[in-house]
Amino acid sequence: MEVIDLAWWKLGLAALLILVLAGVSLYARLGVTRNLLVAAARTGIQLALIGLVLEALFASAQLYWIALLSVVMLLVAGREVMARQKRRLHGFWAFGVGTGAMFVSSFAVTILALTVIIGPNPWYTPQYAIPLLGMMLGNTMTGVALSLDRLNDSVWSQRAVIENRLMLGQSWREAIEGIRMEAMRSGMMPSINAMAAAGIVSLPGMMTGQILAGSPPAVAVKYQILVMLLITVGTGFGTVMAVSWGSRRLFDDRERLRLDRLINTSQ
Amino acid sequence: MPDLRLDTVAIGTLADVSMTVRAGEVVCLSGASGSGKSRLLRAVADLEPHQGRVYLDNTEQASVPAHDWRRQVMMVPADSQWWFDEVGAHFPKGNQEPLPEALGFPPEVMHWTISRLSSGERQRLALWRALAGQPRVLLLDEPTANLDHDMSLAVENWLLSEIRKQEMPVLWVAHDQAQIQRVADRHLHIVDNHLEPAHGSD
Repeated sequence: MEVIDLAWWKLGLAALLILVLAGVSLYARLGVTRNLLVAAARTGIQLALIGLVLEALFASAQLYWIALLSVVMLLVAGREVMARQKRRLHGFWAFGVGTGAMFVSSFAVTILALTVIIGPNPWYTPQYAIPLLGMMLGNTMTGVALSLDRLNDSVWSQRAVIENRLMLGQSWREAIEGIRMEAMRSGMMPSINAMAAAGIVSLPGMMTGQILAGSPPAVAVKYQILVMLLITVGTGFGTVMAVSWGSRRLFDDRERLRLDRLINTSQ
Repeated sequence: MPDLRLDTVAIGTLADVSMTVRAGEVVCLSGASGSGKSRLLRAVADLEPHQGRVYLDNTEQASVPAHDWRRQVMMVPADSQWWFDEVGAHFPKGNQEPLPEALGFPPEVMHWTISRLSSGERQRLALWRALAGQPRVLLLDEPTANLDHDMSLAVENWLLSEIRKQEMPVLWVAHDQAQIQRVADRHLHIVDNHLEPAHGSD
């Protein structure tokens, strides 16, 4: 089956529907019109640009270009994790904790999948490496951001309980045990739920795309299973690392709760 | 016998606090709200960064792990917190301490749910929870603030008898002059940014 290319003007038809929706939301005063239009424009521009980048990258297939794009993707994801936290650690830590956790988990899982499971030649073949890393980072980012936001917010609102537990001679780990577990759980739940609903409630995007591009569904399904398992693994370990590092940073070497290390970004 | 010794401790607006609290001695602290009484207790419990040194016997605060220090130098905050559903879950496992009669609870209090406790009940249970951990020093922040007069007296007497029996040095933040008269061996008052002996005490 040949893939049907889409003409740019046909995308314009879909964009027209967005304009209609914008008109409706403006009329109903939903207050999202501006966000909607900006986000739609960003989708168009960002994806068109990444299309150009990927064309060039696939043509050259050099390891250092692939590594450079990977690092850029990681840094943007790290910035996004930072921006999604209502209360975050001050200074470099807000960026460092999330980015470090995403780096270790996403890169490790992606490289493992490329070298051991999929095995393209060379292993960094960009047609495999970049989409895989993108999906890993995108999902790990969501999990890490959710869990760190939950951690910092819960510690803030339960500070009196944590300090009372410290006063009773509990270690910092005991004093925030419940909060850590809740934070890790909240980061992992989206990918666990996605696995449970896959194929019944939703047809995952990657598989759909592969089928549209002409792959046999049997192959597309195997890739989709692989990707969902890897996403859950990457998100899970990323979340565990981020919450562990982030919670350690909320206490100092004398196990004191240091809320002065948190800043409220909503003010 | 353990002595609690503060050596040029400074926290917040309070500076240069040096004193020794002997075993079994109750030192009352008073001062206007915001003068730093509670923060001084927090410094002694090592809950906030501070300057100066604190010793229990000859062991310096910074030389033992922080949670071990706090288990021995136990602070009871004015507003106690409870995080499990049942009272008993907040006590050390295998707690053998008999329920003190003076607190006025029936034995089944350990199975009560936290949400049905009044603020006075919470405060009394928090004191007992702290003592059940067998601390060597007590730092009490207005321990009877939510109690009526009769219950205050009962709790004071129970605390004093425990303090004498275990020979604990105690820092006791209070603002009720009559209570200070009853319990204090010494009374220090915060004036501006330092502690001075209050009038009427030795």
